[in-house]
Amino acid sequence: MSKVNYTSLEANSKGFYGLMGVLAAVILVALGAVYYMEHNGHWVTGMNNQIVWGLPHVFAIFLIVAASGALNVASIGTVFGKAIYKPLGRLSSLLALALLTGGLLVLVLDLGRPDRLIVAMTYYNFKSIFAWNIFLYTGFFGIVAVYIWFMMERKMNKYYKVAGYAAFVWRLILTTGTGSIFGFLVARSAYDAAIMAPLFIALSFSLGMACFILFLMATYKWSEKELGDAILRRLKNVLGIFVAAAFYFVLAYHLTNLYATEHHGFEAFLLTGPSGHTPLFWVGQILIGTVAPLLIFYTKMGESRSAIAVGSALVIIGGFAQFTTIIIGGQAYPMPIFPDYEVISSSFGDAAKYYAYTPSLPEIVLGIGGVAIAILIFVFGCAVLRFLPDSLADKVADPHYKAESSA
Amino acid sequence: MSSKESNETNKSRRQFLGAAAATATMTVAPGVTVIGLAQAKPVDQAVSSKNRWGLLIDSNKCASGCDACVTACNTENGIEEIHGPETDPQWIRKVTLKHKASGRETSLPLMCQHCEHPPCVDVCPTGASFRREDGIVLVDRHTCIGCRYCMMACPYKARSFVHETLTQQVEYMPRGKGCVESCTLCVHRVDAGSGDPACVEACNKENHNAMMFGDLNDKYSDINQELRAYKTRELRADLNLNTGVRYRGI
Repeated sequence: MSKVNYTSLEANSKGFYGLMGVLAAVILVALGAVYYMEHNGHWVTGMNNQIVWGLPHVFAIFLIVAASGALNVASIGTVFGKAIYKPLGRLSSLLALALLTGGLLVLVLDLGRPDRLIVAMTYYNFKSIFAWNIFLYTGFFGIVAVYIWFMMERKMNKYYKVAGYAAFVWRLILTTGTGSIFGFLVARSAYDAAIMAPLFIALSFSLGMACFILFLMATYKWSEKELGDAILRRLKNVLGIFVAAAFYFVLAYHLTNLYATEHHGFEAFLLTGPSGHTPLFWVGQILIGTVAPLLIFYTKMGESRSAIAVGSALVIIGGFAQFTTIIIGGQAYPMPIFPDYEVISSSFGDAAKYYAYTPSLPEIVLGIGGVAIAILIFVFGCAVLRFLPDSLADKVADPHYKAESSA
Repeated sequence: MSSKESNETNKSRRQFLGAAAATATMTVAPGVTVIGLAQAKPVDQAVSSKNRWGLLIDSNKCASGCDACVTACNTENGIEEIHGPETDPQWIRKVTLKHKASGRETSLPLMCQHCEHPPCVDVCPTGASFRREDGIVLVDRHTCIGCRYCMMACPYKARSFVHETLTQQVEYMPRGKGCVESCTLCVHRVDAGSGDPACVEACNKENHNAMMFGDLNDKYSDINQELRAYKTRELRADLNLNTGVRYRGI
């Protein structure tokens, strides 16, 4: 494989400082929202005793799952030996760290007692998947940081494959852990399913890849570096496979639920019910997030760069809708405490057909703040270290691939 | 001193000692007996798995429209109405049910079921949710980080999150914004050996007697006798949690 020149992002420009300024402003406003929610208590949010996890959790879990998937490109290059992806390994790893940081910050800042983070780091109940996740997330930071170091440092270069394999295995375990947050919840009809873990892994592949494509396109456009069609088309083809894979798990999940009478209530609620989750599922998740991107990627449209960007954005919108239906929709459907009975009245909402939830402005701002932190870390990282291959023009990217794949 | 005088003195001393011992026994014995009956333990002694505290609720006796248990719980534990039922903590709630097949209506109180295998304890990352040896499931307010995972996990929606700053707290039940809480079976009363939980006491006061508190493990306890004599039901028995709260009449 011929030598790839890596460069950093040109930081000495008005555009760079402008972007950093906007991101910093968004983060500041988000911190203000955190202060407001923490100071008043969670009653000022849309969350309550029925919908205990709201929009911040949708943002957080989206970012955490996408972080794991952002490492796709590095893994395909290192673990599966596809040479064309190898130059992108650094960038893919950086994006993974950036997204994970954004997601975790949103999660932590929504805690009832964010000041007790140290307690979460010092008291453990190892039967809790949450406690395991604390190790999985911090471990991911460590392993990916070492992976980046080994890729960048010539002396350590010979070990980078080992780090790459470790990161690949770790991210699969990590997303298994994230999916199992829901898979291990025995009480609720929407959860309590082993398929949550592989579903989340497939979602991490698709969402992470979609994020990577958009970050890559934006970075190369703004830094005026060449990005060829060869690499982009390959990425969108892989993204299409991941979107289909995620859909397969969604299909298996719902078919199983539709077979079992005990889950008919929840399925009716989600697929045909009166709540906003039904359009979120059909229009958001299925139409926008699955059908439309597949149509774009695997027809003539897929040859256009802007269509690839639009398709990737649609995958992200669909993923967001999907996490909303999983996290909030799963809580919105009441638990079957008295299966033989209809609840006539209760002061705690047991008689409700479903629980409504409207996110408050501070929750939305906090979520966007997490995204801003992820972008800021990514841009800052690109500016201070050499993450970007100087050129990804076809003539640079493609010959490598042919040379490597024939070997 | 003559030997006769000495004998007289000894006799009167003996009489005094005898009377004193009898008085002491009369004074202490009822206390000892009550402690024995209530199975309370000295405060410096750890709780043990010899006890399993629980409730038996008879929905046939639970009066529709009566919420004395709820009011008593709120008063006992300093729970106030603040921003409405969606965000206010509710440790116990009254639920009215209609049987799907027969149409029979019934009502009952629902609270933490004090499971032997509590899902809230399983999922808590810091171990703040815990089950005491005597079966009472509690939240350690010092290590709860407010993640609400236990609320996601509880099959009975028995837990509440404190959504705002609290002011009117009672000294024996410290609570706080940003933490999760639920029914403690009035653990302060249990530990002091001072009778039934507030809800049970209130129900009895109303002469409904729909709630019974006691030691499920003690075969001489009223609750154990009732459980032996009548068929009772666990809520969500399919989850095999072995709840400490049992129901009759549903």
